[in-house]
Amino acid sequence: MQSEPPIHPDAGSPASAASEAATSAPGRVVLDDVAIRRALMRIAHEVVERNDDLDRLYLVGVPNGGVPLARRLAKSLHEVADLEPVVGILDTTLYRDDVLTSGERPRLRVTEMPSAVDEQIVILVDDVCSTGRTIRAAMDALMDFGRPRAVQVVALVDRGHRELPIKIDYVGKNIPTRSEDRVKMRPGREEGLLEVALIEAAGESERGEAS
Amino acid sequence: MARVLIHGGHVLDPRSGRDERACVLLENGQVAEIGSDVQAGSCERVDATGCLVTPGFVDVHTHLREPGQEYKEDIASGGRAAVAGGFTHIACMANTEPVNDDPSVTEYILDRARQDCPARVLPIAAATKGLRGEVMTEMSALVDAGAVAFSDDGKTIMDGGMQRRVLEYSRLVEKPLIVHAEDLTLVGDGVVNEGSVSTRLGLPGNPSVAESIHVARDVQLAELTGAHLHVAHVSTEAAVSLIREARARGVHVTAEVTPHHLSLTDEATMGYDSNTKMAPPLRGRRDVDACREALADGTIDCVATDHAPHAVHEKEVEFTEAPPGILGLETALPVVWDLVRSEVMTPMQLVASLTANPAALLGLDAGRLDVGVPAYITVFDPEQRWKYDPAKGFSKSRNSPWAGETLQGRVVATIVGGSLVYHADRGVLAP
Amino acid sequence: MMGTDLLAIEDLSREDIELVLETAGHMQEVGRRDVKKVPTLRGRTIINLFFESSTRTRTSFEIAGKRLSADVVNFSPSSSSLKKSESILDTAKTLDAMDPDAVVVRHAVAGVPKRIADELAAPVINAGDGAHEHPTQALLDLLTVKERKGRIDGLTVTIIGDIAHSRVARSNIYGFTKLGAEVRVAAPPTMIPANVDCLGVKAFGSLREALDGADVVMALRIQMERLTGAYFPSVREYSGTFGLDRAKLRFAKDDVIVMHPGPVNRGVELAHDLADGRPSVILDQVRNGVAIRMAVLYLLAGRRPESEA
Repeated sequence: MQSEPPIHPDAGSPASAASEAATSAPGRVVLDDVAIRRALMRIAHEVVERNDDLDRLYLVGVPNGGVPLARRLAKSLHEVADLEPVVGILDTTLYRDDVLTSGERPRLRVTEMPSAVDEQIVILVDDVCSTGRTIRAAMDALMDFGRPRAVQVVALVDRGHRELPIKIDYVGKNIPTRSEDRVKMRPGREEGLLEVALIEAAGESERGEAS
Repeated sequence: MARVLIHGGHVLDPRSGRDERACVLLENGQVAEIGSDVQAGSCERVDATGCLVTPGFVDVHTHLREPGQEYKEDIASGGRAAVAGGFTHIACMANTEPVNDDPSVTEYILDRARQDCPARVLPIAAATKGLRGEVMTEMSALVDAGAVAFSDDGKTIMDGGMQRRVLEYSRLVEKPLIVHAEDLTLVGDGVVNEGSVSTRLGLPGNPSVAESIHVARDVQLAELTGAHLHVAHVSTEAAVSLIREARARGVHVTAEVTPHHLSLTDEATMGYDSNTKMAPPLRGRRDVDACREALADGTIDCVATDHAPHAVHEKEVEFTEAPPGILGLETALPVVWDLVRSEVMTPMQLVASLTANPAALLGLDAGRLDVGVPAYITVFDPEQRWKYDPAKGFSKSRNSPWAGETLQGRVVATIVGGSLVYHADRGVLAP
Repeated sequence: MMGTDLLAIEDLSREDIELVLETAGHMQEVGRRDVKKVPTLRGRTIINLFFESSTRTRTSFEIAGKRLSADVVNFSPSSSSLKKSESILDTAKTLDAMDPDAVVVRHAVAGVPKRIADELAAPVINAGDGAHEHPTQALLDLLTVKERKGRIDGLTVTIIGDIAHSRVARSNIYGFTKLGAEVRVAAPPTMIPANVDCLGVKAFGSLREALDGADVVMALRIQMERLTGAYFPSVREYSGTFGLDRAKLRFAKDDVIVMHPGPVNRGVELAHDLADGRPSVILDQVRNGVAIRMAVLYLLAGRRPESEA
């Protein structure tokens, strides 16, 4: 999950490509922008429900996908409970457990933590959770910024295949996948829209494009 | 003595102008017969099919390191490297330990050569005691002991007055004075040719004028004294011009150029390989081209290897600390044969620069291939490609910029005094 | 991406340089945290092999390595014992047997890091070799200028001083020209190397002309002991003609910045009041040095030629 390879343009399976009419992007859209908004609104309600000290909320997006989601969640929290939580960005690359073994060094991404996290209720926001390793790295990184009162995790998509004992507190949608499949959040068809696509690996019975 | 028949080759002899396919029969250490239909009977045969058969090569500039630095080379190993490279005569420089500035050292070298060296060794004695440029050596006694020329090579006689008197005195013995022409005050710390390469490498530059200024001084001193000046390892366009002009005026100046100064530019130094560090340094393209032209037009008389063995541990140090010089005997032929391939020289001209010309400037009875002359012969295949590995060569040292490279042109057989002493398939056969 | 060693800016592409600068930008953020340490190189070993002493550069590499959680070992063989007893390649092989993940090499002779890199499996980072290159210095200078000016492209950079003997000058000339700046050098002719135009710069004997319209001025440290007399007549004459002060700086642009690789000979190459505060950015250079070296270590440490492809 952490070293996700770039999407191969021909990687979409024939079946899902047929069901997707208008887009040239590979894979099958499993969450469109409306569905994402709806999921975040529900999550906002859950966050409010589950936490007492809502002034201490501190949303932290994990780049790249977690960043726009954290901003949207902040908006939803504002709509739901008139909250204005701090939104930070936390790159996990320097904390990854495969950073030295993955050949080319991954490019670093922005980290921007506007204020201290001590005694805050930090909600880590990621787009897709699978092995749990990114969340593990994010928690380690977070601890270097202080001592939060609590850490909770939002994942827009939980696709299973956990390799670490990591629990997602707020899930947008559970999507069962095979571990060879890929799930990707990406810009939608119009500017400002997001969508999540499932790109299935070519199955044994199907003749996939050799890559 | 055994009879040897060299058959199937093409004979090239610059002195007689012979340039024909012929067999060569050697008998009693001499060339007995040259012809297309030689009846040899029972004898040792050398198949020279596809090869050139030429006089044995003569190197006027070799460092054999014995006595004193036998870990780098000795007379036996240097001699083996020589015959493997086609050289039947090698003139060895005086910068040994002790310096060859005394007849006893000259005699020692010749003694050692008689015992265990397949090539003929011709000692060059120092011009000044200890190469210090202060006190002249006993030139007459050294010539009596067997010295063929005088040189402080490796060092330079910076004192113009001393240089003048050494040249004057050398007329007494009628031997050439060989000069390593570098003005040391201009060389300074320089270790690579001064120019774009030294600037990019960040290494101290050695300007080409360090050579030409010294050559200018010495050709004028030769003119003044009437002595025979021989300029070692010419490397610059300016020095070539000075020598050309001096020769035109009738000054007795001869000159040599090394295979590396004919083939490599200072660009070869870009990887900081100390096997590209020489004195004088590898120069720019214009200088290399000028040297190639000068060899072709006769301004420079001959190719000389400046074979300079150094141990691996001596070369594997900082570029500035490494001693200058590289091996030359075993790679000279393929490296310089490029001048024929690129049509700068004819095969006959190039063979002359390896044989008749160097023999003439040292006054040797060598460098020719004719009936009745002593049999010193080199057989080589100018086309054959082979991979040079110094570890498999005959020198004790390995300092070569051509290590691991595929070279074109290979010595097949070398004959010294009528005996086959080297064959490419069989190695060195006899001292 | 760049190769497995960092030996010379001359070897880098524009993209390589930009990647290092971008990565260093993120490392600056790490340096602003309370906990300035990330676990990236935990369990990895970096050897600082300094044949020539340089407390500043070595400290900067040491801090960079430690902020990435590497174990940093300083190895400073005294040059005298080394010269006679051990060849460079022996030293390299000895180090290789200790299995380091990166070796940072400083040596007084050009080319030594390259020769060591040829022998070593571990990545080699040149921390300055003779008068050849000092790549991390140029990278930190580029980062500093980019921070201050927002760009490198189209700037005019004037480097003043002993260009002939300066590794800082060479690396900066390559770095700034590769990123699209115009580089000028100004010095007495004795300190301009042969064929200097091969580096892609124009040499000036007049400081006034060299400074005309300059966005960045970099003064180099003058090695007074070695050069006085042989390369310029006296310190007084040098500082009078090529020493930078506020009066001379007026020929440059109003928003010019003044750089120096340190340590400064105050009153020689740089007037006392120019070394501190505006327009000097000397302390930014030092600060950025750590971020640049973190970036370089992050990008190279532990990489092996085989693991590429």
